[in-house]
Formats: sequence, C-alpha cells, structure tokens
Amino acid sequence: MSVTVYIPCDSSAVSIGADRVANAVAQEAKNRGVEINVVRNGSRGLYWLEPMVEVATDKGRVAYGAVKTSDVAGLFDADFLNGGAHTLNLGLTEEIPYLNKQQRLTFARVGITDPVSVEDYVAHNGYRGLKNALSYSQADVVKHVSDSGLRGRGGAAFPTGIKWNTVLNTQADQKYIICNADEGDSGTFSDRMIMEGDPLVLIEGMTIAGLAVGATQGYIYLRIEYPHALEILNKAIENATAAGYLGENIQGSGKTFHLEVRQGAGAYVCGEETALMESLEGKRGLVRFKPPLPAISGLFGKPTVVNNVISLASVPIILDKGGDFYRDFGMGRSRGTLPLQLAGNLKHTGLVELAFGATLREVLYDFGGGSATGKPIRAVQVGGPLGSYLPESQFDTPLDYEAFAEIWAVLGHGGIVAFDETVDLAQMAKYSMEFCVEESCGKCTPCRIGSTRGYEVMDEIVNKRDLDKNIPLLRSLCDTMLNGSLCAMGGMTPYPVLSALNHFPEDFGIEKNV
Amino acid sequence: MMQTVQTIVADLKDKPGALLPILHAIQNTLGYVPPEIVPTIAKALNLSRAEIHGVISFYHYFRDHAPGKKTVRICRAESCLAMSGKDLENHAKAKLGIDYHETTADGKFSLEPVYCLGNCACSPAIQIDNDVYGRVSNTDFDEILKEHSA
Ligand SMILES: Cc1cc2nc3c(=O)[nH]c(=O)nc-3n(C[C@H](O)[C@H](O)[C@H](O)COP(=O)(O)O)c2cc1C
Ligand code: SF4
Ligand code: FES
Repeated sequence: MSVTVYIPCDSSAVSIGADRVANAVAQEAKNRGVEINVVRNGSRGLYWLEPMVEVATDKGRVAYGAVKTSDVAGLFDADFLNGGAHTLNLGLTEEIPYLNKQQRLTFARVGITDPVSVEDYVAHNGYRGLKNALSYSQADVVKHVSDSGLRGRGGAAFPTGIKWNTVLNTQADQKYIICNADEGDSGTFSDRMIMEGDPLVLIEGMTIAGLAVGATQGYIYLRIEYPHALEILNKAIENATAAGYLGENIQGSGKTFHLEVRQGAGAYVCGEETALMESLEGKRGLVRFKPPLPAISGLFGKPTVVNNVISLASVPIILDKGGDFYRDFGMGRSRGTLPLQLAGNLKHTGLVELAFGATLREVLYDFGGGSATGKPIRAVQVGGPLGSYLPESQFDTPLDYEAFAEIWAVLGHGGIVAFDETVDLAQMAKYSMEFCVEESCGKCTPCRIGSTRGYEVMDEIVNKRDLDKNIPLLRSLCDTMLNGSLCAMGGMTPYPVLSALNHFPEDFGIEKNV
Repeated sequence: MMQTVQTIVADLKDKPGALLPILHAIQNTLGYVPPEIVPTIAKALNLSRAEIHGVISFYHYFRDHAPGKKTVRICRAESCLAMSGKDLENHAKAKLGIDYHETTADGKFSLEPVYCLGNCACSPAIQIDNDVYGRVSNTDFDEILKEHSA
C-alpha cells in the first residue's frame, strides 16, 4: 500500500522551497521504486519549520522540517516513510507544542486536508454547519451567529449577527454576500492561509450567509497579490458546484447560491467596504459616505453583507456546534478565537489561533520564541499598518478588543509584527505617513492633504530640524486626521504615528514629549 | 491587438461591474492597458473615456505602457522592514540599476513596490510575476534574478 506524504501548496511554504521539495520527494520515490501518494495540503502555519513534510503512519502523522531538497535522499535512507528517526524528525505533528497549545476552531482543517477536495472536506466535519442551516429558519441561523458573539475579524469588530439581521430584514429583489479578501494589512496572512489551505470552509460560510439573509449571489473580492489563492479558490468553487454544494438547488433544498471571485487591482483602500463595492461595480475605489449602510443599500444599491474571510470562515463551526459553543471561548466582549499572525522579527513566525485573553507577551515569547535576531524586542505593531506600536511596558495587555482600545491600540485583523532594538520608530512613523499618501483615495481633505503634510513634517523630524516647531505641528496634523477623516485610512494613520512618538520619543530626537 | 481586445470586451461586457474584469483580462493578455483601446471599452460599456481613464489610473496595478518581460515586486511593508527589507530594496535597485516604476535597459525587468505579499512569516519577501519568494537575502536575490533571466 502506498504511503501518503503531505507537502504544503501554501504560497508562503512555496516561497521557501515547498515545490522543489515536493518534486525532489516524488523523484526520489520513483528512483527507488517506492510508491507514494503526495498530497499538497495547506500549511500548519509553523513557518520556521516550512517546508514541512508529513507522513501518515499508524500512530498519526509524523512531521519533518524544515526540509531542503538536499535532505530528501537522507530522509528516504532514514525510512521516513515509516516515521523513521532523523535530525529533522519533529515527532507527531499534533504534539508539536506550538500547534498543540492552540485552540483551532476556524483553522481546524488547515494543513490537514487536501484543500480542494470536497470529499476530504466532508470527511473532516465539513458541510455539517450548512446541513444544520438548511434545516433551520433564516432567523434561527442568524440567531446562532448573534449568540456566538462573533465580531468582524476584518478590523472594525462589528457584531456579525447584527449586520446579518439588518440584511435579512431589508426587503429587496436581490441581495449580495461579499467576502472581503483584500487582506491589505501588512503582517497579516490568515485570510490567505484559509483560501489556500481550506477554501471550502469559506465557501460554506458564504453559502450559509446567503441562506440566512436571502442572498443568491456572492462575490469574493480578492487582492491581486494572491494569484495562488485565486487558482485554489476557483478550483474549490468548481468542485463544490460539481458536488451540489453551490449553484441551484443546493443539496436538493431548492436553495440557490452562486459564487464568483473578483480580483482587486492593488489599492489598499479597496479593503474599506464601501470602496470595495465601488470597485466591484467597476469604478474607482472611492470611499462612500455613510449612511446608507451597505446592509441596506450596498452593492448595486442592494442590501449587502460584507464580511472578512475569517469572519465568514468561522460561521461553519458556529452552525455545526452552536452559537454557545463558540461563545464559551474568549474573554469579556471578545468571544471565540482570533487567528493571530506572528510576523516580522520573531524566531517562530506563523499562525496561532487562540481564544481571546492571552497576553501579547505570551504570544511573543511562548509562541514566537522572542526575536529572530536574538536581540530584545523593542516594539510591536499590532493590527496592521493603521495599528499602534506597543512598547515592552504594554506587552502584558490581554488580546481583547476592549483592553487594546484602553491603551489606544487595536487588534484589527490580528497581525503582530515584532521589531528588535535596531528599529527607528521615527522612520516607521514617516513610513506610515508615506503609506497614507500612497493609498489615500483622495475623497477627503484631512487624509489627502494631512498625510502629504505629515510626510513632509516627518521628513524634517527624522533630519532633526526645528523639532520645537515640528513636533507640535505633527500632533496637530494627526489631530485633524483623527477627527476629520471620512474613513479609518486617514482616521487611523495617527495610531502608528502618535504611538511611536509617545512611546519612543528618543527616536524623534526629543527626551520627553512636548 | 484590437481584435484581442474586442473579443475580451465582447466576452465580459455583460457581467455586472464588468470594467475591472475587462481591464484584468487585457493586462493579462497584453501586459498592459494601451491608451488607444480606451474608446473601445468606453463604447461597449456606455461610459465616457474619462471615466475609463480615471479607473485605470486609480489602481496601482494597471499600467498604460508596456512593462519589462518580468515584473519584480519588492515588499516595502512593516514585517519586511523589520527583517532588513530596506537593505534588500536598496540592493535590488542597485542590482537592476533602476528605481521603482522603471524598466531595465534590456527590457527584461520592471521594478515595482508592493505593500505586503501575505508572506510576512517569511520576511523579507519579493514577487516576480506570480512567483513569491521568502527570506530573501541579497545573494538569494541575485540568484533568483539569474533564474528569471534565462
Ligand atoms: C482603509 C481600510 C482598509 C481595510 N481593509 C480591509 C481588508 O483588507 N480586509 C477586511 O476584511 N476589512 C478591511 N477593512 C474593514 C472593512 O471596511 C470592513 O469593516 C470589513 O470588511 C467588514 O467585515 P467584518 O465585519 O467581517 O470585519 C478596511 C477598512 C479600511 C478603512
Ligand atoms: S480618509 Fe482617506 S481613504 Fe478614507 S475617504 Fe478620506 S481620503 Fe479616502
Ligand atoms: S509585510 Fe512584506 S510580505 Fe507582508
């Protein structure tokens, strides 16, 4: 009987050689006349161990990593096909502490299944949520989502149940479900990992959303930077359609849901939900004034649910196990789990899904293993390019929306980027202003002009010119942007800038804050 | 070229929100969106030329002139900056002898900035056409470039 060997197709794993390793393993097996069955799975999210090769044994899957092509012959010599001893042998995958200590609900299947196989998906508890949803009333489906306490994982943390309820209760001849897969935040990659590693959980979540609110058409708005995800999503949609899980008469229920992937074109602001809809309509990605809410008048003027990939991918388990099950994880008003993305200067970068409530320090050190360079971690940016920089004194903050708000920081999409002591926070603040200049949609003055002026002022500051004048000027510009911007692009650029200034004034050439 | 564009437009124009899919299909085929085809699209979608032009220029990804054979994208965002991304950026510019939005004299490579490739667990990261590379050292960069020069 041929042994099954798993080698990720995840684009990050591929970026450090997974395809080459897969070819080498197949070639070596052929040379030795051994029959193997290679499955290209998603990544387990332990990126310092990628490319990770797993072998199915009687005792469970045994992992080897990080594997280079030059290791492959040696692995065969060491009988890795039977879990043989080798310096790269990591033991049973499930028992690797980094994985074992997580609470994987949304990521339950990522790295385990063949991403585009409906059969594999169903064999691993897939489509159980949809099955339940098909037997419930629309209001009951929404109630499960409300009861779960799920809040949007795209950044704003708005309760998903409330949004769905509004769309359900708005009468219209056509409604839409949009999955926001623009994942523009630097330091984040959980959406990508789901789309490449378990796209069917997203498809199932969107289908449930469609049933719940009465929408028959869904769009996944995917950033152009993710060509691998596009291919895998399209294949998964094709397979789900062929298996009767998408299209007309889903599983004989008489219900319809069509799904199409649309690509963005490299504009960060198109992750903002109204700019995204403009873009889907074929226009420039300008942010719309609210009201009207998208839930009432969204895409093509129709009631529209816009949710992040992770929000939607968390719906199947909620419908499978019930809203209460999900709500029992977490702390305070942050319920369930958050897939954190450990990035930047950390030894053990990767995907860590945890119930809300762990501290940043636990994540940085117990999981992240400290900095990759071995120097002290000096600053951490949480929540993407519009998130605050946190100094060491704030590392004991629990990962909870409200606890972060209290220290003028955000969790956002769960990206955590660590910097060692070589970082210059004034340069980072200047970069934040530059990013805002680059990505502003230009609709409102505080953002458009404020960021341009902010960039100029930061340029003066990094050159240590006229600090007495320029630091107060920077603060005043930030104040205008914070209070006068139409959306969080201009409205939150001050978070990284001012947090850098307040916590690291020495980098700005001043001793304490003026 | 006009023939290709007309086929693409005819195939896609009835999709809701057809403009971006059309522009993507054109750029995928031709490598860029030539200004002279704007009237064709405008006519098919019943929009003004100014509107079409506005859309093309709004999005960083669309370009109105032919790029090099391959496009090198360097991630400029925070996670990569935390892992010496700035050094890599400087090295790439020096190695190619061009700045962002430029093309090498031999027409082989164009250089573009990108703000995160979702490869932040393997920073610093770059992309050449659809291929993503992670933990790229300066020497790695030279080798990758060589592979793509063939
Ligand atoms: C400038 C800007 C960029 C954004 N980018 C994204 C993004 O890439 N992905 C995302 O899901 N939400 C993004 N958002 C948040 C969306 O506007 C919106 O809140 C979200 O898609 C709603 O889904 P959720 O409730 O599931 O989080 C962005 C917001 C702003 C202001
Ligand atoms: S804050 Fe910036 S991105 Fe947002 S609407 Fe205003 S100009 Fe556009
Ligand atoms: S910040 Fe460079 S890949 Fe994400």
